[in-house]
Amino acid sequence: MSSKNPTDGPARGPDQEPRQGFSRRTFIEGVGIGAGAVGAIGTAQPARADTHEPVGPDPVAITLNINGKSHELKVEPRVTLIDALRNRLDLTGAKKVCDRATCGACTVMVDGDPVYSCTMLAIEAQGRRIETIEGISTEDSMHPVQAQFVEHDAQQCGFCTPGLVMAGKAIVDSNPQPTMADVESGLSGNICRCGTYVGVRKAVYDAARA
Amino acid sequence: MATKYDWPAADDRSLIGKRHNRVDGPAKARGAAKYSYDRNLDGMLYAKLVTSTVPHGRIVGIDTSRAEKAPGYKGHVNILNVGDEVQWAGAEILAICADTEEHVRDAAAAVTVLYESMPHWVKDEDVEKAGEANRVKPAKDDTKGPNLEEAWKSADATVEGYYGLAVITHCCLEPHGQVVDWTGDEITVYASTQAVARIPGDLATGLSRDEKIGTVAADSVHVITPYMGGGFGSKFNIDTWGIACAKLSKMTGKPVKLMLDRDEELMVAGGRPSDFGNIKVGAKKDGTLVAYESETWSTGGIAGRGSPPVPYVYNNEERLAQKARHLNVSTNIGPARAWRAPNHPQAAVLTMCPMEDLAAKLDMNPVDFFKKNADLTARPEVYRYEIDKCAEMIGWADKWHKRGDSGSGPVKRGLGMSLHTWGGRPHDSTCEVRIQPDGGVSVNMASQDLGVGTYTTLSVVAAETLGLQIPDIKVNIGSSKLPISGASGGSTTVGGTTASTRRATVNALEELKTVVAEALETEADDLVAKDGKVFSKSDSSKSLTWQEACRKLGNRTITGQGKQPDRNGGKLNDSGVGGVQMADVSVDVETGIVSINKIAAVQDVGLVICLEQCESQVYGSLIQGVAWALYEESIYDQTTGKMLNPDMEFYKLPGAGDIGELEVHMVQNKYDDRGVIGIGEPPAISPGAAISNAVANAIGVRVPTLPLTPDKVLAALANA
Repeated sequence: MSSKNPTDGPARGPDQEPRQGFSRRTFIEGVGIGAGAVGAIGTAQPARADTHEPVGPDPVAITLNINGKSHELKVEPRVTLIDALRNRLDLTGAKKVCDRATCGACTVMVDGDPVYSCTMLAIEAQGRRIETIEGISTEDSMHPVQAQFVEHDAQQCGFCTPGLVMAGKAIVDSNPQPTMADVESGLSGNICRCGTYVGVRKAVYDAARA
Repeated sequence: MATKYDWPAADDRSLIGKRHNRVDGPAKARGAAKYSYDRNLDGMLYAKLVTSTVPHGRIVGIDTSRAEKAPGYKGHVNILNVGDEVQWAGAEILAICADTEEHVRDAAAAVTVLYESMPHWVKDEDVEKAGEANRVKPAKDDTKGPNLEEAWKSADATVEGYYGLAVITHCCLEPHGQVVDWTGDEITVYASTQAVARIPGDLATGLSRDEKIGTVAADSVHVITPYMGGGFGSKFNIDTWGIACAKLSKMTGKPVKLMLDRDEELMVAGGRPSDFGNIKVGAKKDGTLVAYESETWSTGGIAGRGSPPVPYVYNNEERLAQKARHLNVSTNIGPARAWRAPNHPQAAVLTMCPMEDLAAKLDMNPVDFFKKNADLTARPEVYRYEIDKCAEMIGWADKWHKRGDSGSGPVKRGLGMSLHTWGGRPHDSTCEVRIQPDGGVSVNMASQDLGVGTYTTLSVVAAETLGLQIPDIKVNIGSSKLPISGASGGSTTVGGTTASTRRATVNALEELKTVVAEALETEADDLVAKDGKVFSKSDSSKSLTWQEACRKLGNRTITGQGKQPDRNGGKLNDSGVGGVQMADVSVDVETGIVSINKIAAVQDVGLVICLEQCESQVYGSLIQGVAWALYEESIYDQTTGKMLNPDMEFYKLPGAGDIGELEVHMVQNKYDDRGVIGIGEPPAISPGAAISNAVANAIGVRVPTLPLTPDKVLAALANA
């Protein structure tokens, strides 16, 4: 998305854009385009960014499109996407760890881009296509990145794993032949404490080629 | 003497020692594994701590009146009271709960606590200043071995230097905490813990201290922890927040979730003691080490804590003159908790770094120096073999150069090494293995999988014993209602749990054989379970599939019991390992930035059960080692007495691109007869010393203390 904007400057073409996580630019842009995207799926929203009318602090009704399903919920405008997913919708795959856009454990895809869901408000995510770790596999088969995580023992305690899988998916979605340097760069917004990076790097590299 | 419980001979092992996918891998990769933090129970309330904002003081007032009127407020319990002393910032004062996570944040922020300020001290490195502040206490003064003065006289070369490493914190990604559901007489606790079987007693004792609650029976507590998100030694107890969470659940009649916030996790729920010291080592011209003398000091909070076992590894008391004096520095920082291999990483830095400095002074290649002195260690043959193997893996012979002899460019490359040791004895464990008439097999015990592979190792042991495959085994752990097994700490789990499982499975199989022997009209001794069948050794026509054999049980389920220890249970485990690691680094002398090219690790661990998960433990240790060698430090400010970086922006951990190439070699088929020995601690010890030594080799001077941050590298170069 933002990487396609020529005003972003030449140093950040699609290939160089860090694929993982939140950036100030996407955050601001997310607020700006919310209304248009909401309009596109035709739901009436009280928390419209284009009306410039303050919402909250009381809960507002919102609709989130998650893993292809529409979820209606009422949240205070300050509720982050991670808290909406985990506390309201029991989608607990994404983890809350640093809660300030550093560690990547909360990574989900929003409109196909990886986003730190601890640093996006739930109301901003309206009208956007949210994909969580729960949505990328079926009962019978895992996403190639997930399957390769298992093959390469790319997990220990596993708490960072969902975020790393989503960051890995973002890499392979955008680049079918990533080099190991591409993989390392794409994973650089995620932190593992047990020390699983050796397996994680191999898993993402192989998943792209699977 | 051989027993039926002994591990199968090498030729008879089809699963033990091989590579296997982690049994819990798919659940974790799918995000389906439910951790304590993920539990959302009906009507659940959210709780939060209110913690001390001062590093030292007496509480003179706690005002919750505004909080009680906050939207969604449901209750609070005091952990400390007016008149109590707090001894570090972040100390738990009360726990408060509300209907939502947002509301509880507001309610907690509305609590006012007033303190009478008291003098604080948070700095540990400058021991003289700490002494002036009356914060230093002698902890150890040991003299061993030959006469020290004579030894110094006999030394041809000596090195005196200053070395150390800072306080670090565990930073578990799943913070400490739990969900407690107290309903009637049943208390269910979803705890993020390393000690499933210990928590019921711990919680019941803590609750029973409260007169308003009265006596709580340990057996009314059920701990459920199928998955936990990292502990590293910091999660053995229920802690004040667990007891407070249970009280809130009783008070409100609702399940309550209390997980620490990230800043609390870093300030009060983790902490590895620092260690600093002046070290003097001496050797003869030929490299023979003759004397080691240290004066070290450390802090791990108000109690001091941390006393490194120095000299480390090279500590033969008959041949090496040694004197070790240690001081404890009492600081107003969060209390220390066990960290993988307590005191050993510090001891490695305080021993292996001066030893490499001495080798450099003697103009010796460290590989030769460490090997030459191997007789001063408890296992000379192991270390000699492992040094050679590790040197081969890192390309030492081709890449090593004399200290500082690394070319004229701004990026200097260097190699360094370190050795370590750890016990890893098995903990006590009881196991019940069930064989069902439908062929199902389960392994049951109140153990836990911290991410080390317990589900997988127990599956492998049971499947190997029964001639089945890993998916045929259901491992039930993570519940305190199962047979009791020890806490996971000190590399004790794999030895204890595999032994009890082996014995329980052998016993269960014997019982099955008795039933099957009758059906096949043969003797139980004549039967073998292998390749999914139970068959007669003497008559190949007498054979049943596993399912057919189990159907002979009718409606009866077999339960096999196994224990660790068991005097008659065969030789299944041991303690005491070595291990060698070597690092290859590059240092930019213009920026001071250190980067890892490669780290090689050779590790003996007796009999390997699951090769891949064993390797993962070593890889993880190396990566954690890169973290505390280059990045990690809990930074405290003396003026405010607070930790300045209780977050993940400024408490630095490496990413996937910061660790270089890692190569691990598990020593197999050499020490298998010793049985199983724990792997969690040994490889976590050496990385810091090896990396520090590599940096010294690269830039020609010692950067005295870890983490080896750019400012310290540049300062060391400037001071050279």
